[in-house]
Amino acid sequence: MNSFLEIYPYLIAGWIFLCGLYGIATSKHLVHTVVCLAVMQTSTYVLLLNVGYRIHGAAPVFVGIKPGAVTVDPVVQALMLTDVVVEATVVALMLAMAVKAHDRAGTLSPDDLRMMRG
Amino acid sequence: MNSKWRTIVFFIAAAGFSCLYFLGVKNLPPWGHYRGPYGDLISAVGVYERHATDAVNAIDYDYRGFDTLGEEFILFTSVLGVMLLLREMKRPPKTSPPDKGLSDAVKASAGAGFAALVIFGIYMTTHGQLTPGGGFQGGVIVASASMLVYIAENFPVYKQITSHPLVEILESLGAGFYVIIGLIPLVLAEPFLTNWMPLGKTGNVFSSGTIAAISASVGLEVAAGFLLLGYTYLEEIISDTGEESRE
Repeated sequence: MNSFLEIYPYLIAGWIFLCGLYGIATSKHLVHTVVCLAVMQTSTYVLLLNVGYRIHGAAPVFVGIKPGAVTVDPVVQALMLTDVVVEATVVALMLAMAVKAHDRAGTLSPDDLRMMRG
Repeated sequence: MNSKWRTIVFFIAAAGFSCLYFLGVKNLPPWGHYRGPYGDLISAVGVYERHATDAVNAIDYDYRGFDTLGEEFILFTSVLGVMLLLREMKRPPKTSPPDKGLSDAVKASAGAGFAALVIFGIYMTTHGQLTPGGGFQGGVIVASASMLVYIAENFPVYKQITSHPLVEILESLGAGFYVIIGLIPLVLAEPFLTNWMPLGKTGNVFSSGTIAAISASVGLEVAAGFLLLGYTYLEEIISDTGEESRE
């Protein structure tokens, strides 16, 4: 049972990913699709932070602790940090596309957006 | 394919993904026992080499600065894409009577909040090398301050503050400074994005060389980018409905 708990946080990341994917696969509304994609992206944060976590590790900010002290992994945190802001702008871009799709087709349901127009 | 079949196909794919994912994470180091040498190495030498006490920002803006450059251009391109998609639409000028904004009490407290948010955002941007923070977070805080203007005043005032040409220029400057800071070492026969500025004293605001400079340019870029996003969306909403619904 102990070994299960040791990989449990990683499985949560996979679960969040599947939740978002399920939302995209069954989506009836483009805005809903975009939010589901954001949920999928959140799973990468959970995975990254869990991979770099260290029990009793300090935050990797060397104010008040010695350089070389045991800290959680700063590399994955750096990866995540840039990702959060970029995700926000990418979501904005996709919502703009949804606005345009609505202007063109008059609907936001992916099932009704079948026609291709030049 | 109807939605029933789509759901069935999804669950088949999800089962396959779950198996592969489980096999993938099964042999990872147990949770809480991170092994990798890379992060530990930076924790150990980062403060000496770069005089930056925040290892996360030392990685973002220096050790892996090239990756962050790519991230920043994703941001730049996304903002560009939103503006391109939502541009045209020659809208009729607003005919509704000018909106006076909310009461004086709301305006006064929003003004105080605006100043506090902008100062806090600048503080976050300039202290990224010392404590958690940096250009990405600080830029978002500065940009969110503009929303207070929109809430308390009316849209034309908001539009003046986020006036298009200047914010666009600032955004491009933010992206450009990053590249320029990275290119200068090439003149000095050093690799791209070498930390060429004086490192200063650890713990000072003006320390860590290019980390602080790049953090500031990223802050400029992010703040201007989010201002543009907010402006573009608000203009879209307001001119579509003819007038604002503010109740």
